[in-house]
Amino acid sequence: MADFWFQFLLALDSTLRVATPLIFAAMAGIFSERSGIIDISLEGKMLMAAFVAAAVAYGTGSPWIGALAAIIVSVLAGLLHGFACIIHRGNQVISGLAINILASGLTVIIGIALFRQGGQTPTLPKSARFNSIELPFAQYVADNIPILGVVYKELISGHNILVWLALASVGITYYILFKTTFGLRLRAVGEKPEALDSAGISVSKMRFQAIIIAGILCGLAGVYLSTATGAGFVKEMTAGKGYIALAAMIFGKWRPVPALYACLMFGFLEAVAARVQGAEFPIIGEISSDLLLALPYVLTVVLLAGFIGGVSPPRAIGQPYIKER
Amino acid sequence: MQTSRLPAYVDILIIPFLNLLTALFVAGIIIAIIGENPFTALSVMLKGAFIYKGGLGYTLFYTTNFIFTGLAVAVAFHAMLFNIGGEGQAAMGGLGIGLVALSLGGVIPAPFVILLAIMGSALFGAFWGVIPGYLQAKRGSHIVITTIMFNFIASSILIWLLAGMLMAPNQMSPETVSFADGVMLFKIHEILNSMGFSVARSPLNISFALALLCCFAVWVLIWRTRLGYRIRATGFSTKASTYAGYRPEWIIILVMAISGGLAGMMAVNEILGVQHRVILNFTSGYGFTGIAVALMGRNHPVGIIFASLLFGALYQGGAELDFEFQTITRDMVVMIQGLIILFSGALAYMFNPILERFFSANTPQKEMLDG
Amino acid sequence: MSLNITKQNGGESPPFAVSLKDICKRFGPVRANDSISLDVLSGTIHGIIGENGAGKSTLMSILYGFYQPDSGQIELDGISSAFKQPSEAIAMGIGMVHQHFMLVPNFTALENIILGAEGQKGLRTGLQLAREKLQELSQTYGLEVELDSITEELPVGIQQRIEILKALYRGARVLILDEPTGVLTPQETDQLFEILKALKSEGVTILLITHKLHEVMAITDVVSVMRQGKLVAHTKTNDTSPEWLAEQMVGRSVLVNSQFAPGKPDKIALSAHNVCVSDKRGFNSLKSVSFELSEGEILGVAGIAGNGQSELLSVLSGIIKPAIGAFAIGENLFNSSQPADPAFLRQLGIAHVPEDRHAEGLILQFQAFESSVLGYETNPKLGRNLLTDPNIIKEHCSELMNSFDVRPPNPKLLSSQFSGGNQQKLVLAREISSMPKVLLVGQPTRGVDIGAIEFIHNTLIKMRDRGCAILLVSVELEEILSLSDRIMVMNAGEVVGTVDKLDATKSMLGKMMSGIATGAASASSASASPELTIPNLKGGM
Repeated sequence: MADFWFQFLLALDSTLRVATPLIFAAMAGIFSERSGIIDISLEGKMLMAAFVAAAVAYGTGSPWIGALAAIIVSVLAGLLHGFACIIHRGNQVISGLAINILASGLTVIIGIALFRQGGQTPTLPKSARFNSIELPFAQYVADNIPILGVVYKELISGHNILVWLALASVGITYYILFKTTFGLRLRAVGEKPEALDSAGISVSKMRFQAIIIAGILCGLAGVYLSTATGAGFVKEMTAGKGYIALAAMIFGKWRPVPALYACLMFGFLEAVAARVQGAEFPIIGEISSDLLLALPYVLTVVLLAGFIGGVSPPRAIGQPYIKER
Repeated sequence: MQTSRLPAYVDILIIPFLNLLTALFVAGIIIAIIGENPFTALSVMLKGAFIYKGGLGYTLFYTTNFIFTGLAVAVAFHAMLFNIGGEGQAAMGGLGIGLVALSLGGVIPAPFVILLAIMGSALFGAFWGVIPGYLQAKRGSHIVITTIMFNFIASSILIWLLAGMLMAPNQMSPETVSFADGVMLFKIHEILNSMGFSVARSPLNISFALALLCCFAVWVLIWRTRLGYRIRATGFSTKASTYAGYRPEWIIILVMAISGGLAGMMAVNEILGVQHRVILNFTSGYGFTGIAVALMGRNHPVGIIFASLLFGALYQGGAELDFEFQTITRDMVVMIQGLIILFSGALAYMFNPILERFFSANTPQKEMLDG
Repeated sequence: MSLNITKQNGGESPPFAVSLKDICKRFGPVRANDSISLDVLSGTIHGIIGENGAGKSTLMSILYGFYQPDSGQIELDGISSAFKQPSEAIAMGIGMVHQHFMLVPNFTALENIILGAEGQKGLRTGLQLAREKLQELSQTYGLEVELDSITEELPVGIQQRIEILKALYRGARVLILDEPTGVLTPQETDQLFEILKALKSEGVTILLITHKLHEVMAITDVVSVMRQGKLVAHTKTNDTSPEWLAEQMVGRSVLVNSQFAPGKPDKIALSAHNVCVSDKRGFNSLKSVSFELSEGEILGVAGIAGNGQSELLSVLSGIIKPAIGAFAIGENLFNSSQPADPAFLRQLGIAHVPEDRHAEGLILQFQAFESSVLGYETNPKLGRNLLTDPNIIKEHCSELMNSFDVRPPNPKLLSSQFSGGNQQKLVLAREISSMPKVLLVGQPTRGVDIGAIEFIHNTLIKMRDRGCAILLVSVELEEILSLSDRIMVMNAGEVVGTVDKLDATKSMLGKMMSGIATGAASASSASASPELTIPNLKGGM
């Protein structure tokens, strides 16, 4: 029992680690899609950012400069998306897809050109990474206070700053979206752009602003992957996380707090999947970790089809805004 | 899609060409930035794709994959549906082949197994396309999101089966046992060699003919059948389709079945043509490349053949880059593919205003709208 | 061109709240506004009436800064003003309530009202200040709105109040209302008018765009009539009558002098019994419509646009199903549990020339020959088995084009490349070539040039004389009068009455159309109550 409890705690701990990039990306998706721009390029922006963060951190020795560069590149990718979909009214899905594919090619090509390691960046030294922060007295508390002490040490302490930032980003997103003038307009532009236009506010400007914020958040997700939880960039290291974040965003019905829960749930599934591989359970028998990993996608499809409650995406999503007669 | 005011040949030839040129130009700049000569790279790729021994065979082998996935995307596009689930549909197609070949191989004569396996691939792919189609038509879920999710679900199912029930015994990698003897398609080089031509070995097999046949079938379907007429009418105007009594929901479901079936048949080339067993990740992104192919080929089978050839050459030539250069690998092809999707998809109409100005200066205004 | 201008103030120029001078606006080849000059007195309710597409909305969008005029000037209180975008017009005290509300459906009323005018002090303070100010506004004008309700959950009438509050909150002194009553119930309309009167008494100038004559008569002080992009009349409301306004609106542009011989009605081809249609919101767009249509007659459906005629056509052609009631064609009965479907109706010999040929009648991206078989591609003449043969279809299309004088007679041109008249002839040719028993026709000459109009009219009469039963929906009164054997007048989704052609006069129809006369007196004996005379319904119901 004690062992199970400890294992459970570790699973929760790794849930948080796995969920962090999902949370960043899901918040990015919320900003973009709430403004009416479909963003399947979360994956690509994250991948580019992961590469740039690792490459620049390696070059400069500073994870902070790496993070800054990664955010800039991710924002630029977002602006490309905006150039195609807002200015040229191109198809948002096609544009997003193009960015994803472009990212998976470019990161490797530039990686090889710079480092000649088959697309990887060299392993980052500890000083060029965001390291975990041990909270004070973790060991002492764990040794002396039962249960809560262990929780403190294993679950709360020992995360890097980006984990905390990701959690904070949910609150910030919530605040911006629902408590500021900017958020009010952002939500309006994704639901009924003509309402904003007739009130004399530029639809394109609002959407570009949303896309830039999404770029920043995706950038942080990438930074986390390559310079916090990882020690360098590996080819295709996002491995579909952008799409899981997209699913989590949909699952959270385009709202920050429910999306956080969805990210944690998907993260938990992944953490559990890693632990149950091959393990036998009473009654249910062996659980396939592969199928467990597909659960986020299945749940999203079921949810979208309206079988468990309804979801209503922002009403103007995917449609280029054209002033009509 | 916006209606263009340009002459047809500009729309069909010049714009795709300009888009391709832009994509290649940008790719060239990137190659130059990383310190290689783009023209050398191009010539290596061309030689690798067409001139080196066996190169052409490999090029056409990849072309076959792209024809299937490109047709799949194009058929759906005609109903204004964006099927990005080609990857998952192809994976399921492979599973269909595997199930038929493993259960019937050695039980009934090989040619029948092959025939049934091909049908299996189409059926499994169609099944994987119909569900998102149904969900879009009847439950209003967005087909793009559903097909993305279905890609991942298909991949998980395949991993689960190949690492579990279907995994070959005494084997470490997730794959099935090899199919029974004879359950494989003829290679083109074998056929040609037996006819006395000397041709280098390549994985090119008779699926290539099947792909061309599918091109013809899709052309007939879209432009020569009542169903195709209804599909196009529904794609252009749901209202007119309802007015005419075509029931748009059913058209959507049917189109997704056809689209999924075509994507599923990509597995015929890879699994039945080369691998003779089901392996993981045999789709390796060909489903996504199908989108680029359809965009470049303007959703017409002839255009798709040429676009597939282009991508086939890029893939095979890209493999050659691995040998010749230290710094350029076939990932360059992935990047070019991304650029092509960007320029001939999302930015397809970027040049329209310029071209419209150019052509309207040269052609008399013959537009008549009602007043 | 100013016909009845009765407003005169001697030498000194009056304080016009709005003064438009020579406004011109083109959309491609369409002259939406053709040199419009209009003065609006401060503190009045000024009606602007006209048919759909007359250019009213365009004119108001120009005043609101949504579009820029190609030429012409705007003066507000005598000061020349030019607006590049709505925010500039808003700043000058112009507010607009659009026909389709510009409200974010899932926002609260309060959020919608302050959107874009939140103030500099943050959202929370902005909302708080707005709440106080709005309390005042709603008391002054009787505009009661629950500020914290979600907009889409409110009745349409309340949503409209939100729009009005939105404008007033921004300090509007000139309020434009674009077809404000189109979606309102009669009670809501009455409430709206109370509000408008209160606004007027506080000195707000109101521009009311509508096509409903009784509303103009009820509430406006001055009325201007627009037709085909031009201002054709301008008068004090007290000096005019709805009949006269109806004539001005419908106009005499369709010069149809041909007197056709009356038809010879034969047996009943189509009968409708108590047909009702309701939309998703539960609004009844068609209320208990009953009539019958005989072979060899044209039944004209008159009415101002948007009074249920479109829904009638959609039901009878199987595009939407009736909520209640049924209609019968020969032995076939269709109701909500046995709905008709357009393809099956075509097989029964029902052809349909739809009102909107761009969205329904043709597929603009198709070549003409492809559009020429829309709904008829199963015709065995056009190809064997499941195939279609483009060459045969092209030939078929050429024949249609020749016999209907479609120009240019080139089947390979895109459908969008033909003029309105030629597009319409192509649709008509397609529908008639199937030799239908019943022909449903909607707005056959809308946007059609004069030459084609005559051709289309003659064709319809020819069809009738061959024994075809024709239901003709048109907003052109002249057209209805000239072609119909009987005329059924609709208002607000109901049949006001049915009159025989010989008994019908324009002023009488005008009254019935405007919903003033119930038609009880004018409905002649020709409209015998159909409930009693539908023999073939008995079995099915």
